[in-house]
Amino acid sequence: MEGGTLLQVQDLVLGCRGRSYPLVGTVSFGLRAGEIFGLVGESGCGKSLTGLACLALFPSGVKPLSGRVIFRDTDLLSLPEEKRRKFRGRHIGLIFQEPLNALNPVFTVGHQVEEVLELHRGLSGEKARRETVRLFSEVGLPDPELRLRNYPHELSGGMRQRVMIAMALAGDPDLLVADEPTTALDVTVQAQILELFLELRARRGLSILFISHDLAVIREVADRVAVMYAGEIVEEAPREELFSSPLHPYTRALLAAFPRLGTRKLEVLPGQVPPPGTWPRGCRFAPRCPEKIPLCAEKHPELKEIRPHHRVRCLRV
Amino acid sequence: MTVLELREVSKSYRLRGFLRQGPELQVLAGVSLSLRRHEILGLVGESGCGKSTLARLALALEKPDQGEFLFLGQPYWRLPRRERRNLRPRLQAVFQDPAASLNPRMRIGDLISEPLRLQGVSREETRDRTLKMMEMVGLPEEALSRFPHQLSGGQRQRVALARALITHPEVVVLDEPTSALDVSVQAQILNLLLDLQHRFGVSYIFISHDLPVVLYLAHRVAVMYLGEIVEMAPAADLEKPGLHPYTELLLASIPGERKKRPVAGEPPSLLRRPYGCVFHPRCPEARPLCQREKPPLRRVSREHFIACHRR
Repeated sequence: MEGGTLLQVQDLVLGCRGRSYPLVGTVSFGLRAGEIFGLVGESGCGKSLTGLACLALFPSGVKPLSGRVIFRDTDLLSLPEEKRRKFRGRHIGLIFQEPLNALNPVFTVGHQVEEVLELHRGLSGEKARRETVRLFSEVGLPDPELRLRNYPHELSGGMRQRVMIAMALAGDPDLLVADEPTTALDVTVQAQILELFLELRARRGLSILFISHDLAVIREVADRVAVMYAGEIVEEAPREELFSSPLHPYTRALLAAFPRLGTRKLEVLPGQVPPPGTWPRGCRFAPRCPEKIPLCAEKHPELKEIRPHHRVRCLRV
Repeated sequence: MTVLELREVSKSYRLRGFLRQGPELQVLAGVSLSLRRHEILGLVGESGCGKSTLARLALALEKPDQGEFLFLGQPYWRLPRRERRNLRPRLQAVFQDPAASLNPRMRIGDLISEPLRLQGVSREETRDRTLKMMEMVGLPEEALSRFPHQLSGGQRQRVALARALITHPEVVVLDEPTSALDVSVQAQILNLLLDLQHRFGVSYIFISHDLPVVLYLAHRVAVMYLGEIVEMAPAADLEKPGLHPYTELLLASIPGERKKRPVAGEPPSLLRRPYGCVFHPRCPEARPLCQREKPPLRRVSREHFIACHRR
């Protein structure tokens, strides 16, 4: 393991009960301390399942078939459920797209954050209340003391997302997994929340696994980016390098299909992402690839380091 | 030539209260816009700005409380019912989620040809035109006998487009048609929309929260905020300086470059509509005048209108 690595996902393969094919895999990547790592891809590429697996969380029916998720020196997948639960929240916080689904509608947001503080840090009463106010002001909630008594439905979408971030920070974790945390927000509010993630990283030295389908959002926040396609990482590079000189044909096609200000012509990538169970035997992108050669249909390419810190899964590169 | 026009339209909804009437929510406050033949008019704004209500008025699905809706030069809601019914097929819609707007128990072929059957077109002609339409939107012939759930999201949106265009309408209102799609599929549909607009000579009202998408497609753009149009300009003008402060905030909020941005709150609730300029509580340039007086939508150059005291 290289120095400063906080989380290491090794050869992770996820399967589903009753199905003979994998949903995700094989995925390997490492997250350094204080780094924002962006995981980007289209729906069904496996980015959300990969993100949950980093907390050893699996939706019902999904289970790891192989691989390890190592946080510092602990393999989360080998821990019993009870210990995993202690790990989550305390060391790794989770933020979802829709805070309304994650917050309990019948308790005040203050109560919900205090509960986490008691569970993970043993704070209660006045101490928990003071810490909640501090967390609320850290995440930029206006009038933090008044917010304690609000119910989730009384807050705007942006404020709810700030509450959820405060809750994820309550256990004082080292890593946040944020799955599409700004997708449900309006652009002007999204800009504020993205700014908040950058501030939190700078202030607390947090590592963030930032999952999004939106290339522009990833470009805004991530230090390094991994592009996923059909259950695996096809390219991984530092942010600037990925956006200025993408090497994998899928990354290039995705960037050319993404409208930005001043785009005159969008290049169309025909076809769609193959769902799990229909992945081709060779390169999974080959059927849609404008640059494929006969070998691509035969041989599954490895994720190779082409330049320092730049890994690409393509036979032609 | 103008094909569709909304003149000073307003729309309010009464909220349901417990045991008594709830407060009234003004969703549109005196909005005017016109759509020219062969034009793509983009409508952009954040949630709650009234863009979808405007779409419903432009589709004649709802009647404005005040103001006039003109379609092909005629005051739609003052026409006799029979004439209204004749005009309706010439206005078509495509919504965000085709899974919700396509009848799940109908086959694709029947879904696309339904508007023709309603018009009493012969069976052979219906079949021919359906197949031709499917080819134009890029659907394979095998899709004819499939059901919506057997298609991908992008294909379903192609079905919705084919169904909207098969009667050769004058206007198609597209409400967030690509917002539920993946990037690569979105690009396919956006380019298809441009292609079909050329072929059919139809006009679009294209509604989206995504400014880069709107600017890619539209000739002219209307920016909405809290039920009002605050700026209306040719798409190319939005790349120049001197825009409405809200448009500037929208542009600056587009992610991609790490740059410090002004933090400017969130849109207020429609129940607490600010007095004066609706944007003044978030505006970095607001002056006392902005709190007192509502700025009119003023012409700043030939086709560029701004509602701002400071511009």
